[in-house]
Amino acid sequence: MTFASILEWLIKGFVWVMILLGGFAYLTYYERRALARIQVRIGPNRAGPLGLLQPIADAIKLIFKEELMPARADKLLFFLAPIITLTPALVITAVVPFGPEGLNFPLFGRVITWQIADINVGILYIMSIASIAVYGIVLAGWSSNNKYAMLGGLRSTAQMISYELALGLSFVSVIVLADSTRMIDIVEAQKSMWFMVLQPVGMVIFLIATLAEVNRSPFDMPEAEQELAAGYHSEYGGMKFALLFMAEYDKMIAICIIAATIFFGGYREFWFLQNTWFSVDQTPILGPVYVFIKVFILLFGMIWVRATLPRIRYDRLMAFGWKILLPLSLALVFLTATGILLAQEVNPLFMWGIPVVSLAAGFIAILGMYQTLRRKEHARA
Amino acid sequence: MTAEQILFLLTGALILGSALMVVATRKLLHAALWLVAALFGVAILYAILQASFLAVVQVVVYIGAIAILFIFAVMLTRREMRDQGQQTRTNWWIAALLGLLILAGLVFLILAVPGADRLPAALPEGLDTVRALGNALVSPEAYVLPFEVASVLLLAALVGAVYIASVGKKD
Repeated sequence: MTFASILEWLIKGFVWVMILLGGFAYLTYYERRALARIQVRIGPNRAGPLGLLQPIADAIKLIFKEELMPARADKLLFFLAPIITLTPALVITAVVPFGPEGLNFPLFGRVITWQIADINVGILYIMSIASIAVYGIVLAGWSSNNKYAMLGGLRSTAQMISYELALGLSFVSVIVLADSTRMIDIVEAQKSMWFMVLQPVGMVIFLIATLAEVNRSPFDMPEAEQELAAGYHSEYGGMKFALLFMAEYDKMIAICIIAATIFFGGYREFWFLQNTWFSVDQTPILGPVYVFIKVFILLFGMIWVRATLPRIRYDRLMAFGWKILLPLSLALVFLTATGILLAQEVNPLFMWGIPVVSLAAGFIAILGMYQTLRRKEHARA
Repeated sequence: MTAEQILFLLTGALILGSALMVVATRKLLHAALWLVAALFGVAILYAILQASFLAVVQVVVYIGAIAILFIFAVMLTRREMRDQGQQTRTNWWIAALLGLLILAGLVFLILAVPGADRLPAALPEGLDTVRALGNALVSPEAYVLPFEVASVLLLAALVGAVYIASVGKKD
């Protein structure tokens, strides 16, 4: 550990945080425009060409807003909560690689990689940061001295703890498939086939569980405005509110980057473009571009879900997490491990048994869900 | 003194300071948060020892699951969670003396272990610690029996918890 490496981390980290903050501003613009299109509106189009200066106008507005401190709030925690919420959202992507090894360049006698930290437990690091992300929201809800805020905080704790299990188990399928916990190895293991194809149900579970982890619609119970005013951030205003808002959107970006890395091939091209000009082996500069395109598409998926699906009822949210996602993802881990073992010991074609059997398991889960809901409907009628 | 030693001393101060605050603070939720800080310090210790897997698991299990359950339970109880009474008993000096004695005994014991004052040797280059740990946990020559026994114990606790929770609902 030399001074130069510390300086390299600092510079890379600073640049990455700046990118995330800029990304947050324009993600709000992207979301508002996309939502408006889906709802047959126009959306923000006044500030600057196509409304592109809208995020800057919003930032200026928020800076000059009055900040309130609720009476008898826990002052220190009320002040710290937005910071604690934002920090995990910024640091979680530190282990994600954005370019292949061919893109590394020497500078002052050092090799600069396209990754902030290359640690051998990269995916577990993501898991651990995701598990401490709940603190900020809980503390924001508790320290406000407001019943609605407190209820929002409680809901988010319960929800995030429940969905973290399914999330962790879908990470396990990826670790088993890649045979490594290092992020670069996971991306390189998807050279011949993305894990999205090998483990489609695991990918769906991952996307659902991350939606719940970042409190996005249809799992936005912690801030359900019809029931809880605004949930955990009811009492926040001005820049403190902006920090909470920023944390939510940076979490969206972060999980889309992670999903792109572990299920959609990360910086790698489509598997059938392997030996062409489009491959990152031949044109390394395409690596970050691919990550950006994948993240852009995944973010659109999240916005689309928000525009389409109504909020899920709280008891159903819990039942869905514990009674369907958890057993299903456990079964998927078992199926994936069995498939890999058979492929190694008997015939490599068994690898294709994994997606087939997973899809069957997912179908059984959906069927079970449908039957239960039907039965409840009959019982009510 | 190497950078590693300075880091160790700083981490040790963080752990001890936060552990002291856990018992000294008057608010229950603040105590839980100081506990989180102490557990985080332990994770840093693991990271200094290059036990990356243990460091990450420390964060996931203790900070991400156990401490958050503490906070969840605290939030479900009274709103005004201040401890008003006096924080020390009259015979606190006996406890302090006992604590010092135990500390002296521990220091003596640790110093008696050969090599206790040496720095940890660097891990050999290219050693996959996660794989080594995973193999040790499931290999019959190493820890498969304790591992499985612990799993069965946890499963039994899980079934017990579900049973206790479901008994009240029936009537």
